Amino acid sequence: MPQDDGPAAPARSYLYYRHKLPVRVMHWINVVALTIMFMSGLQIFNAHAELNWGKSSYDGTPPVLTISSRENAKGEVTGFTRVFGYEFDTTGVLGASKAANGRTVRAAFPSWLTIPDNKWLSMARAWHFFFAWIFVVNGVAFVLYSIVSRHLARDLAPTGADLQGIGTSIKDHLRFRHPSGEEAKRYNVLQKFAYLIVIFVLLPLVILMGFAMSPWLDSLYTGWVDIFGGRQAARTIHFVAAWLLVAFVLIHVFEVIVTGLWNNLRSMITGRYRVTQESTHE
Amino acid sequence: MNDVMEPRRRFLARAAAAASALVLAGCDRLSRTEWFPRVLAVAEKWNDAAAHAITSRKAMAQEFAESDRSPEFRSNGTANPGTDDYRAMVANGFADYRLAVAGMVAQPKSFSLVELLALPNRTQVTRHDCVEGWSAIAKWKGVKLSAILDLVKPAAGARYVMFYCADPMEEDGTDFYYESIDLDDAYHPQTILAYEMNDAPLPVANGAPLRLRVERQLGYKHAKYVTAIALVDSFGNVAGGKGGYWEDNGYQWYAGI
Repeated sequence: MPQDDGPAAPARSYLYYRHKLPVRVMHWINVVALTIMFMSGLQIFNAHAELNWGKSSYDGTPPVLTISSRENAKGEVTGFTRVFGYEFDTTGVLGASKAANGRTVRAAFPSWLTIPDNKWLSMARAWHFFFAWIFVVNGVAFVLYSIVSRHLARDLAPTGADLQGIGTSIKDHLRFRHPSGEEAKRYNVLQKFAYLIVIFVLLPLVILMGFAMSPWLDSLYTGWVDIFGGRQAARTIHFVAAWLLVAFVLIHVFEVIVTGLWNNLRSMITGRYRVTQESTHE
Repeated sequence: MNDVMEPRRRFLARAAAAASALVLAGCDRLSRTEWFPRVLAVAEKWNDAAAHAITSRKAMAQEFAESDRSPEFRSNGTANPGTDDYRAMVANGFADYRLAVAGMVAQPKSFSLVELLALPNRTQVTRHDCVEGWSAIAKWKGVKLSAILDLVKPAAGARYVMFYCADPMEEDGTDFYYESIDLDDAYHPQTILAYEMNDAPLPVANGAPLRLRVERQLGYKHAKYVTAIALVDSFGNVAGGKGGYWEDNGYQWYAGI
């Protein structure tokens, strides 16, 4: 993170230039691309709302996940979700849900969570692949920039002190106590690990599992898809990794809100973060 | 403190929900414009170019062990063309079936099933990947498309192979299924016109008597009930002009991903 443009006078609070322009731009491109890929991905999933482990969907073993619907004795459509053989009634959200026009629709994921809203596989694929390119180019640019600009080495790589303080950091996070003042100018250790896992594990994994689903890229090297358990396993990993990314985003947004929504938002838009020095005396 | 924050928090949550609903409505409106899907469609060209750049022309799709085969091979799309012509062909065991090969070729030919069975063939256990997301594995035996092309001798300007099928996609018996592939795919060693599935004659549900296997592409490229082949330099004036039934309905012509 770049230098102070800090206080000439001993102010209690000042604006600190926390995020450089390329990081801010790439962050928001990523927000748009990932959101669209996630939602169009769910529409693609809806075309075959089952997940399997293995090379094919039909190998004699039951799916690990099924989202579907059925009609009960009263003629009402109910949605259900079956995970590893355990079935849950998910009417209203998964399997059967209300569309914008108020009618109950039999769809795995509801229309408010998918792009396009209603069943339309070809259009969902068009959105997904277009934004896949934006997402991958943006991601590669970010990694290269982070290496060259030393954003990775300086801001993201945990220091020795970080690692020693990991226990304290976990306790602080559990109590929702967050670094403030000068300490808020840098990422804390759990934040660093979260970012590193997303950037170097989850995002590459979700891309690779996307490739593994392509029958053409399957021919790149005979049998490479089987390393991940086969094409249907790759589809399952793609799905799970996407939801882990959602879990990250939920925690990320939660932390953004509890550590000062407007201050954090401004720092990711203009780059400037207000550092408030707490009085150290009692 | 909480009493002061509560309305603000509620306002923020509602504002966020309203904003995301607006954005989503915007996305759906874009999907229905004429221009935006065309912008999205450029990604198909990028996918096509990138996939071809990193794989060789003759890169082989994975082949599997017989034990990997799906207990039952799923029938998708048409399960029976149901036309009078087709019913008559089934009734006499496809004895009157003819595969017509024409278009930009030096020697147009027509093959009976018996003649096709005598041509060079290939057997492969491959995975069928549907655009919907599912996969099934089966063993296919069929005549190599390259062997047919060698007999009819494509003209210099020919670029695509069209496959015309016996199954109408409309209830009124019109809009017959069709597909197209380029010559690289046509001459690929795994590209066959299958007449056997899992060591038995190809069932009606899976495209009897002859279906295309073009293993590096998604299921909708694998035209079933093929009755005619034509070599062309462009498919722009065939049906909807996009090179296939599903392509005319918004799906990608390059179905390698």
